[in-house]
Amino acid sequence: MKHTPLYATHQQLGGKLIEFGGWEMPVQYTSIVDEHLAVRKAAGIFDISHMGEVLLQGPGADAFLNRTLTNDITKLTPGQGQYTLMCNERGGVIDDLYAYRLGPQDYLLIINASRIDDDVAWLEKQRALASGTATFSLRNASDATGAVAVQGPRVVEFINRCFPAASISGTAVAKVSELTKNQIAKFSFHGADIWVSRTGYTGEDGFEVVAPAERITDVWNALLNIGRPFGLKPAGLGARDTLRTEVCYPLYGHELDENTTPLEAGVGFFVALDKGDFIGRAVLAEQKAKGTAKKLVAFKMTDRSAPPRPHYPILRADGAATRVGQVVSGTQSPSLSVGIGMGYVPPELAKAQTRLQIEIRGRPAPAIVVPKPIYKKTDGSQTKP
Amino acid sequence: MANVPSDLKYTSSHEWVRAAGDTATVGITDHAQHELTDVVFVELPEVGRKVKAGEACAVVESVKTASDIYSPLTGEIAEVNKAVVENPALVNSEPYGGGWFYKVKLANPAELNALLGAEQYQTQIGAS
Repeated sequence: MKHTPLYATHQQLGGKLIEFGGWEMPVQYTSIVDEHLAVRKAAGIFDISHMGEVLLQGPGADAFLNRTLTNDITKLTPGQGQYTLMCNERGGVIDDLYAYRLGPQDYLLIINASRIDDDVAWLEKQRALASGTATFSLRNASDATGAVAVQGPRVVEFINRCFPAASISGTAVAKVSELTKNQIAKFSFHGADIWVSRTGYTGEDGFEVVAPAERITDVWNALLNIGRPFGLKPAGLGARDTLRTEVCYPLYGHELDENTTPLEAGVGFFVALDKGDFIGRAVLAEQKAKGTAKKLVAFKMTDRSAPPRPHYPILRADGAATRVGQVVSGTQSPSLSVGIGMGYVPPELAKAQTRLQIEIRGRPAPAIVVPKPIYKKTDGSQTKP
Repeated sequence: MANVPSDLKYTSSHEWVRAAGDTATVGITDHAQHELTDVVFVELPEVGRKVKAGEACAVVESVKTASDIYSPLTGEIAEVNKAVVENPALVNSEPYGGGWFYKVKLANPAELNALLGAEQYQTQIGAS
């Protein structure tokens, strides 16, 4: 199994290590519920070094990305990022990712750990097909790069103490906390160039830090030492999954795969059908016009039951209890103390308040379709993907 | 370090047994609850169900996953702990007390002799 540069740190912190997409990663340090609630109420720090980084640089990189990704990359000014998807010709999702414009002709893609090889192969193939315009470089920097996410309402109170100077490039800010949602900037951290963006995967305010692999442990330690008095705790993949499920962010391999389109997954907002042609556009435009055969819904269990889990059947709520779909993500919500999940159903069953049943170990348990996100912050500060 | 009371019997699948006459109380160990963390749901067998030693007869769910609980002994379920169904966190807070699962009327009390003693169980979890 592969290890991130923070592997020894996780061991020292008592992290319980599990396999995730070929990586040995901490699922928790103390408990998923503890770490989840720390992020909702104060702050948590996650190792996301397993995620991939791809750098594109040079003339034509923008046109190439706009043909390869669903969102409109030309909307980005240097120092901005956007959530976007990479589709095949059938509109199926190869990966969902963040694309940042670091400079005028300089792009960074943050991709899923389990998809690095497939994504890079696809990008290289598409670049070869467009050889007449391939005047830009494409580099997989995943092994040379580490990353951490620091998330939660109190992060903004201490982040500037870790990176005390003004930005060097990207968005021009006097301090990190001046970055707004989806902005990115380069800062100096004890002589190393690091990138900090105001993004995350938890539904809370927060930042993600990308640094050279050999410096990421220093970044982690600095954030943890400075943040601890504010309630910052190390948080594992278990809490990362419950946090993103509560706010209905998709996870590749669960909500998304090569046979599922962004429109079916409810992320059509990030598909710019008006930007000109791109891979998968024909299928997505047709789905937009005619509707999809399945839709991703969020649901809550309504009675006391075991938590829903991925692959559990979704049944109609009538007496016949016909199977109509499958759960793709499910857990006990630490914030709401109720079973929650997401799954695919026919569009006529996708409206909020629709009654469904989840088959748990052979027995149906009642559930109800709810609007996304399942968990909403009450102070209005919640972020969107 | 997990708590392993010396007056109980254990299984290698992390259940504990407290025998009294022809009845035994069953739960999961402190080590098991610590490994599971954050127990959110407990499903217990029906009273009157006949269970065989080694048979899966209860389920405990943490935030992350569902785990089967195996009956350490053969017999008939005599009583189940409704309090732990109402409040699954008792498994974490009082694994040997309020977090007990069920009582079984023993069909073959000699099976008790095949269970692990506290020292044997301690050795097993110490090595794992």
